[in-house]
Amino acid sequence: MPDFSILFAALLNGLTQGAVYALIALGLTLIYGVLHIINFAHGAALMLALYAVYFLYTRLGIDPYLALPLITAGMFALGYLLQRFIIGRASHGRDENILLVTLGLAIVMENLALFVFRSDTRTIETPYAFATVEIAGALIGIPKLAALAGAIVVTAGLYILMVRTDLGRAIRALAKERQGARLVGIDVEHVLAMSFGIGLACVGAAASFLMPSYYVNPTVGSGFVLIAFTVVVLGGMGSFVGALAGGFIVGIAESLGGLYGMALGLGENLGQLAIFVLFIAVLLIRPQGLFGARA
Amino acid sequence: MSRPVSNRRRTFLNQGAALAAAAAASSLGLPRVAGAQVPTIKLGVLHPVTGALSYSGQLCRLGAKIAIDEINAAGGIKALSGAQFEPIYADTPNPQAGTSEIEKLNEQGAAAVIGAYASAICLATTQAAAKHNLPHLVDVGVADQIVERGLKNVFRFGPGYRKITEDAVKFLQTMNISAGNPAKTVMIIHEESLFGTGTANLLAQELPKLNFDVKEVIKHANPTRDFANIVLRIKTVNPDIVIPANYYNEYALLVRTMRQQAVRPMAIFSVLGGAASSFKFVGEFPDIANGILDVNHWYNPKSKDALALRGKVDAMKDQFFTYEVFLNYETVYLLADAIERAKSAKREAIVDALGASTWDRHFMPYGPTRFVNGQNTGAQPMMMQVRNKDISVVLPSAYAESAPVFPWKG
Repeated sequence: MPDFSILFAALLNGLTQGAVYALIALGLTLIYGVLHIINFAHGAALMLALYAVYFLYTRLGIDPYLALPLITAGMFALGYLLQRFIIGRASHGRDENILLVTLGLAIVMENLALFVFRSDTRTIETPYAFATVEIAGALIGIPKLAALAGAIVVTAGLYILMVRTDLGRAIRALAKERQGARLVGIDVEHVLAMSFGIGLACVGAAASFLMPSYYVNPTVGSGFVLIAFTVVVLGGMGSFVGALAGGFIVGIAESLGGLYGMALGLGENLGQLAIFVLFIAVLLIRPQGLFGARA
Repeated sequence: MSRPVSNRRRTFLNQGAALAAAAAASSLGLPRVAGAQVPTIKLGVLHPVTGALSYSGQLCRLGAKIAIDEINAAGGIKALSGAQFEPIYADTPNPQAGTSEIEKLNEQGAAAVIGAYASAICLATTQAAAKHNLPHLVDVGVADQIVERGLKNVFRFGPGYRKITEDAVKFLQTMNISAGNPAKTVMIIHEESLFGTGTANLLAQELPKLNFDVKEVIKHANPTRDFANIVLRIKTVNPDIVIPANYYNEYALLVRTMRQQAVRPMAIFSVLGGAASSFKFVGEFPDIANGILDVNHWYNPKSKDALALRGKVDAMKDQFFTYEVFLNYETVYLLADAIERAKSAKREAIVDALGASTWDRHFMPYGPTRFVNGQNTGAQPMMMQVRNKDISVVLPSAYAESAPVFPWKG
């Protein structure tokens, strides 16, 4: 049984790692949870955003956190254009087509990245990469604390956007009744594209917070996309608070599962198992997810 | 202005017929109309150039390509009237792709294949090649099963992981004894696949025989997104030596997290470490890499040929002189030597010539080649240590550039 200081440190690690998962899942919960677009290109979009952070830092010397507005704006534009001119047009509004189009986009994006950037793993070394803060004896990296703060701020921002703005109301209207929304004069294609854009902008923010402590290569997204889907379903589809809480829960389950896995001699990868055991347990008890509305 | 349709069609038919004739002539080995005939030897070059192993796969391909270009530029295979290698590059991101590419290469008339980097892929490709008695030179693939299935067509130039692990343990003991036996405990961190698990099991078996106490063996997933927990565990166990056996990304994340969490054992000592014998890693993280020890494939640092090749690769944009590059480079030359001696590009002749190979014009620390059951028995790893942005051979002493610094006080 690990002692309290180790347990506390693992808990903090899980919380901060969960914040990164939440950041990635926030965009997905908007696209997948609200609009029911199964976006298989989410991981590939994260990869592109990570490359953008990498090149802004290495070529122009722009710090990942300062690059955040640029990256989110760029990803928003990419998302808007993709939905408006590729996904929307190619899928003809059918869910199974959307699935195939986004899967196709993911394959194209990953292979383009492989062609252009090659398969090298790239990392950046910021002056604060190894800086830590001591919290009750546990050393927590500054980039991880920044991700935690970022996840909370982005969640709050999205919540306000959805509740207080016309765009948010239009997105919610679309999620509930697409034809009805069209009848009352909502520009459905524009709102869909805006939602997709906002979803990818969240991925951009996630990339800015992730890059200082991680790496990028053309297949990096695949390591996060399944986790992000899990977080979305666990938290409740379409719920931002759910995505944040789901991210934290998944992060902590992974961390504690790994810790106990090691203590029991079963390996750190027990943490991965813990995520999905918890996931199944939650869905058995609460099929709509922790914060999801009952269908 | 465009020509009339009928005229365009006639031109197309004429050009098509000419192309077909040229293709038939080349496949039958008939002389082409323009220029003298240069015989070619089809060589399959199989590597995972897409997918999770693509970084290594592309470096492998680079090494093979440099050697093929050099041999062709130097007049090809002299015993076969200057026959040129005609490489057929194929992508084998997984074992299934490996098997189907071998079938294609067989149909295309390949004389031999080299590849396919990862052990699991090599297991599939060597077996598929055996059906056609297609000579298969294994470039890296360290799993010993590759050469232990009695396949007559399979030859591995480099060492397998049993040899590498046995030597690694000896190197560790030698280093520890010369430092006055300061290290008593070790902790092994390994990735979950065949390579990491196999290496970790061998180490956990061998180290206690030399009085090292293996405190813990920890397996992790690929990819592992965060190493904070594992490092916490290392902190708790507090071993004298940490032994990672994993691929580049996880290796780099692990040692970065160790630095962040201020975990500094006497040594980070890896066996086939994903990053410690990598100039890319050393260049990107000079401070973290400093002092790390690794037992891996390496060239004789005193060989002028090796240094010349290193210079050539270093001069290329974004390329690094890694074991993938030089093992593939040398494997192509090993094949060229066998074909020269066989005076034939027939598969049986190449297999026989490789089996009798005593090739010594390479820059690896292996001595003349001698294959027993397809394994080059002289093949051995070396121990390197990262020092001031460079990688220095520290053991065995016959090849060492300097003595190991241990315990490391970085």
